[in-house]
Order: sequence, then C-alpha cells, then structure tokens
Amino acid sequence: MLDWMAWTPATAIFFAVIAGLLLVFTILAIKFPETPRVGVLRIETTRGDRLFITLLGSAFINLIWLGLEVGPQPYALLVCLVYAFAVFRWV
Amino acid sequence: MNKTVNQKAWFLVLPVLVLVAFSAVIPLMTVVNYSVQDTFGNNVFFPAGLEWFRDTLQSDRMWASLGRQIMFSAIILAIEVPLGIFVALNMPKKGAWVSVCLVLMSLPLLIPWNVVGTIWQIFGRVDIGLFGYLMAQLGIDYNYTQDALDAWFTLVIMDVWHWTSLVALLAYAGLQSIPDAYYQAAKIDQASRWKVFRYIELPKMQGVLLIAILLRFMDSFMIYTEPFVVTGGGPGSATNFLSIDLVKVALGQMDLGPAAAYSIMYFLVVLLISWVFYTVMTNIDKRGGA
Repeated sequence: MLDWMAWTPATAIFFAVIAGLLLVFTILAIKFPETPRVGVLRIETTRGDRLFITLLGSAFINLIWLGLEVGPQPYALLVCLVYAFAVFRWV
Repeated sequence: MNKTVNQKAWFLVLPVLVLVAFSAVIPLMTVVNYSVQDTFGNNVFFPAGLEWFRDTLQSDRMWASLGRQIMFSAIILAIEVPLGIFVALNMPKKGAWVSVCLVLMSLPLLIPWNVVGTIWQIFGRVDIGLFGYLMAQLGIDYNYTQDALDAWFTLVIMDVWHWTSLVALLAYAGLQSIPDAYYQAAKIDQASRWKVFRYIELPKMQGVLLIAILLRFMDSFMIYTEPFVVTGGGPGSATNFLSIDLVKVALGQMDLGPAAAYSIMYFLVVLLISWVFYTVMTNIDKRGGA
C-alpha cells in the first residue's frame, strides 16, 4: 500500500521521530499548559514555537554541514542537539 | 466571561485535516522519500543517500538561480512598495472617482498569470507588439528574446504592472482607516506634508504594508508562470529563476531525485522567510496593541 509513496527506512524513521515529537509536545501542552516568554530573540515564544525553531534550524544546520562537507553527516545531529538545548534554554 | 471548555470541537476540524493531508502532507512526504532515491520510472527506486542534496548544494546552477531569484524579489519590492504607497496617497478619498479608481486598480489583479505573460510576450515584441515597436521607433535597441537586460526589464515592468495595484489597494485601505482628527491635529501644529506622511500615515499603514511586503515577497520568490511564458528562462539562463530551474530539473530532465532535494531546500527557505515575516508581524501587533 505504501509502495506509491516510495518509502525508505531512513525517511520512515525521520517522519516517525517528527510525529513522535509532535505527539509528545501535544501531551506536554495538555499536561503543563504553555506560557509564552521573551528570550534572546526579543520575541514571545511558547514551547511549541521553540520546537518549530529547533526543527527548522536543524534542517539548515544539516544542509550547511552537508554543503560545506564539514564531516560525516551523523555528527551534524550532535550540533543540532546542542542547538536544540540552546533554543529551549535561551530563546 | 467564562469560556466553557469543549474539546469535542476538534472533531469538526477532521475533514480539513484529511483534505490537507492529501493535498499537502502526503505529497510532501513523498517528495522527501524521492529525495534520497534514484529512479528510472516504473516505480522502481534505488537508494541514493544524501547524494542529491550534496549535488544540489554544490551546483553553481542552483546558486545562480537563487541569486537571480533574490535579486528579482528585491527589485520588484523596491519598486512596487514605494510606488504603491505613492499611488495610494494620490487616490481620491471620497466621491465618485473612488469607485472608478478601485475598479481600474483591481483590473490587473483579476488577470490570470499565464494571460499576463502572454499579453507582455506579445506587447514586447518588436515586430507586432506596441511596446516593442515603440522602443524600436525611439531608436532603442530592445529585444527581450536576445538581450538579458531587456528580458529582466520586461519581467520587472510586467510584475510592476500586475501587482503594484495590490500594494496600492492595501495601502489605501490603511490610509482610509486614519481618523480625520489626526490630520486636524497635524494642521494645528503646522506639520509639513512630509511630517504628516512620516509620523501619521506611515505608522498607521505599517500593518497593511507588512502584509503587502510579505505577499509580494512570497509571490515573487515563487514566480513561475509569467517568466516561463515570456522568456522561458532565457536568453541563455539569464532569467532562470528557482522555480523555472526546478521544473527544468524535474520535468525537463526527469531527474526526480535531484528535483525532490531541490524542492525541499526551496521549501525550507520559503518556510524560514515566512516564519520571520510572521513573527515580525505578530510581534508588531502585540507591541502596538499593548
């Protein structure tokens, strides 16, 4: 049934992780309602906003990593984790 | 007033969710799947890893198209926004001419993109087009099919003709919402015309202008039909914008994998810029409302 979408294990895991993140953050939002705060970017962000900034930023980190051939791709994910930590801590 | 909590309303959103899933989410997921594979058709795929992303990121052709795209958006924003404000400032505020102006202004907005392209394609031709003929009569060597600068000139003029009205109408709506009391106060203070514009009209138009800039930026950044009809990306690759280049990769060369990687990067850039615009807009609203 999924033949027409040409799934691969890698992309399946990729989307599963994103779907999982969305699910976790939805549950978190229900259990602990989000309160907006103003961080270093001087904009109001909620937990969901920070997830969005993290995901979008991670995409660009991966592309830059790949384009400049910094090193093996999986290491870019470590940079993304650091970035995610920074976003959730200070933005 | 106390709102009653009723989460059942979420079920009413389900039809939209299904619709969006089939029109956007599933195609997007498929594109992501294509981007890491190679295919020669027949639904047979071979894993390609991150090759297409690497190729696209290191392709001069893509960067050149991106550069042209940014330059095109910058040029048309630099022309259309000031021109639109200027037109809006000079439109009548009341009377019968208001309707005449509004109808005339909305006419270009009602014409489909491909028709606009065809109109300008013929209009600009030196042999049968009025504009091209006029240029030839004036002794100006103008030919948008041969000269890169002329092609750019035609595309920019065409976009200005098509979309300045939108900026003007939005700015006009912003201007109409300013109460007379502001102008009366300015008159009492003997404010000059420039100061009235700078400290009354411009701040009051800020909200609509941001929307105008966002709309014009997104539209011009994703422009396809008009340049495709008028120049088809030529002469050479002088007007090969991102979307035109992408379609050449996807349909001209049938390279679905590279095209998918290309589209994802294009999408990410559009997403990033939209988010920045949206954030700026909502934050200005909040500060203005506070």
